[in-house]
Amino acid sequence: MTAVAAAPRSVEPGAEPPAPERKTLSRWIPALGVMVAWIVIWFFTKGQDTLTLPGVARTDLHDRLTEFQNELLAGRSTNPVMQFTNSIADALRSAFEWLQRMVVLPNFPRPVPEVGWLGVTVLATYVGLAVANWRIALLVLGSFLSFGVFGYWQESLDLLIVTGIAVALVIIIGMPLAVLSGTSPRFNRVITVVLDLMQTMPTFVYLLPIVLFFGIGASAAVVSTLIYALPPLIRVAAFGIREVPDTTIEATDSSGQTYWQRLLKVQIPMARKTIIVGLNQTTLAALSMATLAAFVNGPGLGKPVLAGLRINDVGTAFVPGALIVVMAVMLDRTTTAASERSEKVARGGGGNLRVRRILLAAGAVGTVVAIYLSRTYVSLAEFPTYTLGDKLADGVNRFMDWVTDTFGGVTGGFKDVITVGLLNPMQSLLAQSPWWLAFVAIAALAFVFGGVRALVSTLVCLAGIRYFDLWHDAMVTLNMTLVATVLVMILALVFGVWMARDRRVDLGIRPLLDAGQTIPPFVYLIPVLALFGPSRFTAIVAGIVYAAPAAIKLVADGVKAVAPTTIEAGRSTGQTKWQEITKVQLPMAKGSLVLATNQGLLYVLSMTVIGGLVGAGALGYDVVYGFSRSEAWGKGAAAGLTIVLLGVMLDRITRAAADVRRDDGPGPRRAFNIRLPIGPPK
Amino acid sequence: MSTVRSRGARLGAVAAVATLVLSACGGGSIDDQTEANEDAAAGAGGECGDLNMAVNPWVGYEASAYVVGTVAQEQLGCKVNYKDLKEDVAWQGFGTGEVDVVIEDWGHPDLEKKFFEGEGDGTAMDFGPQGNVGIIGWFVPPWLAEENPDVLEWENLNKYAQEFATSESGGKGQFLGADPSYVQFDEAIVSNLDLDFKVVFSGSEAASIEAFRKAEENKEWVIGYWYEPQYFNAEVAMQRVALPPYEEGCQDDPQTVACDYPETELKKIVGTEWAESDSTAVGLVQNFTWTNEDQNLVAGYIAADGMSPEEAAAKWIEDNQDKVDGWLS
Repeated sequence: MTAVAAAPRSVEPGAEPPAPERKTLSRWIPALGVMVAWIVIWFFTKGQDTLTLPGVARTDLHDRLTEFQNELLAGRSTNPVMQFTNSIADALRSAFEWLQRMVVLPNFPRPVPEVGWLGVTVLATYVGLAVANWRIALLVLGSFLSFGVFGYWQESLDLLIVTGIAVALVIIIGMPLAVLSGTSPRFNRVITVVLDLMQTMPTFVYLLPIVLFFGIGASAAVVSTLIYALPPLIRVAAFGIREVPDTTIEATDSSGQTYWQRLLKVQIPMARKTIIVGLNQTTLAALSMATLAAFVNGPGLGKPVLAGLRINDVGTAFVPGALIVVMAVMLDRTTTAASERSEKVARGGGGNLRVRRILLAAGAVGTVVAIYLSRTYVSLAEFPTYTLGDKLADGVNRFMDWVTDTFGGVTGGFKDVITVGLLNPMQSLLAQSPWWLAFVAIAALAFVFGGVRALVSTLVCLAGIRYFDLWHDAMVTLNMTLVATVLVMILALVFGVWMARDRRVDLGIRPLLDAGQTIPPFVYLIPVLALFGPSRFTAIVAGIVYAAPAAIKLVADGVKAVAPTTIEAGRSTGQTKWQEITKVQLPMAKGSLVLATNQGLLYVLSMTVIGGLVGAGALGYDVVYGFSRSEAWGKGAAAGLTIVLLGVMLDRITRAAADVRRDDGPGPRRAFNIRLPIGPPK
Repeated sequence: MSTVRSRGARLGAVAAVATLVLSACGGGSIDDQTEANEDAAAGAGGECGDLNMAVNPWVGYEASAYVVGTVAQEQLGCKVNYKDLKEDVAWQGFGTGEVDVVIEDWGHPDLEKKFFEGEGDGTAMDFGPQGNVGIIGWFVPPWLAEENPDVLEWENLNKYAQEFATSESGGKGQFLGADPSYVQFDEAIVSNLDLDFKVVFSGSEAASIEAFRKAEENKEWVIGYWYEPQYFNAEVAMQRVALPPYEEGCQDDPQTVACDYPETELKKIVGTEWAESDSTAVGLVQNFTWTNEDQNLVAGYIAADGMSPEEAAAKWIEDNQDKVDGWLS
């Protein structure tokens, strides 16, 4: 027996280990076959049936969609649903204005708000101390002072208020849905589709209808924020509830508990940490809507960002944009620390209780005094004016001028290389193929990589894309998304591995990644334009700035998670550093790589509309066009839905592809629905 | 668990204390001002009331809006609310009273159909020209017009098509289309005049400006859709290319357009309900007119000199009180 079992192992040294390699290879061979067939047929048919639609042309379907919006508009004075939503909007607006009078705008007849800047700042700091620790309190203090010192006190607090109201509503609406989706698989399947739609539909598409239903200003800002920020909480919280071990539930069920007891005493408390991660993600998603809400007079830091864009002034847009990053980091670190603390306290830790109580009591007294003072003295109520923000803006402008002057020539060359070498040939294949050829080829590739499940989703999505009459634009956008994702993954591999192997690099790069994820794209549009001109490549760069941080973090965390013993074992056999990375770390982190690719694709795709603003054309332009001209709203909506379908298709293919690899284990796969937290290295 | 509960209690106590402090009365200088404000409010009779001024996203518009708004606020005592909105959203706001005035309209037949009396719901109305004349056309940067003057005639464009080619134009010359907010027929013009060009949409005004600025600095070949009044023309005096002249009706069918854009008289659009109210700002908006030079001056203060719109408007008003008096009479 032993002899037989040992026989196959006695391979000559240096021979290929066959089993795992074959498994991966076997999918690339048919894929290559599909590609060759595609290229051959493309060669004879290119340019036919490409369904190209000129930039400002529309089809009957688009006009029918526009008609839908027109009918809503025409019936707005009698539509009962709108009357209902308008009364909600009134409530939201008065809540917002009341809070504004409390902390930021003069509460007439008072010349100042009820609580001045000093009171607000100290109160916020105290909250930081109470929910987390003194380090967080210092962070909050510094953040609030920076809002004022850089000259955007009112806008910052406006944004905090909008975010606060939106997040409160997300919790009220989202938690019950999260519980349903966490406990009922059927409900989960249904809501996943809706959540996909909410997260991938470009905001510009639903901004006009929102104005119809909720008016302009704070109410529209809250509602559009709500739509975008709701999915992360539902997804992550449901995930947390689902992950409560069956054994725990069975054990407690055996004591005869009711549904509510199980939910409130077991499932939610055990999922608390995950739920707070969801809340964290929701808050960051809410902040990322700030600039878009400013298009419908949404209050907050988005307004000065757009004002800077209006006069093509990077510096002016940069300062409020950077403050959004400051706010995001503050909220992220605070919610994370609060969740860690609650965990610790629940386990009976949390430091010396008496010291903490004394500290908190002293803090409370200080806060009360600060509030009193800020109600008494004008100088403590109105934030003094500083010119620091203007100076910073000038500095940024000078720096950007230097960058564009110095690198202008090089960047143009780089753009041309990528465009001619990668972008144009791929676009030629995707968009110059007859639509039926691209349709069949994409479906075949989906089948090769993801099996039947991916094939079905892909067929449905492609049929939908064909239906919305923007096939050619969809292929151009798909191509840009793929090229950008390839570049994102190159960056993710280089920086991810580097960060995983050197903790100092990690600590140094993380804050930049956080900034890349949270700074509004409108801030860096102008420098990117100055470097690359209006082009598809410019859009790709914008997509990379947004998507690469997420992918880099995922790869870094995945590589870091590779067991040290495995690496040690490799080292003992004397492998080189390169071998260690390529033969051990990356293969072991394959699940994270697939996840990073998936997220990279979706993040890049979500920047499509921004691409439309910088000369990329295609679906992004269609969406902006629909938002800008009422007669084309339907085309914009069709483009928006096409983007959703592309997103769902790419997501399902990558997921199914990851599922096919059984060796990954369930870990990374389950995490697919979770958006990435920004934050320090784990 | 008890620690968690006690922390909740602590937060509750904080909130209670804060509320107490809030409801208590402060002392000192804020109180004095509060009383002064109360007295002032009792004395003043607001004749103007609120003025909701839409601010569409370009600097020239901002200049007009803030000049009218500042006059309304400083000289008529209105409470002016500036609302940053795209055109379509602004027009939707007339019916709900969220918007009273759109101060610079470049022509939106589709919106007029929806909101004007007659075909639409009658919530908006034309309030006459505001004096600026919109000039739309094909423009090239000044260095190009100087070195190759014949580029300013459309018949010569094909000769230079290769010079205009970029990574985006697929071997043809690139024509830079504009921000989608504007009415554009460039794709039709290119094809109907048999020009060897491809329209590449810049997608936003910011993108067009950056492209023109870069082209002038580095002597690059660019041709695109551009317009006047526009503050950027003071920095780079874009030169217009002559297309076959505009004739009445030559742009009626979007497919067959082969002529230049007409000059547009920019209009004021206001909410019908507001126009019928007795607000003193109605007369101001009705009388407001100024020239392209006026607007470019204020827009330049904002965009080139970095003034805030309020400062820019105040400066112009101070220098031109005679014109302002004309609007107020």
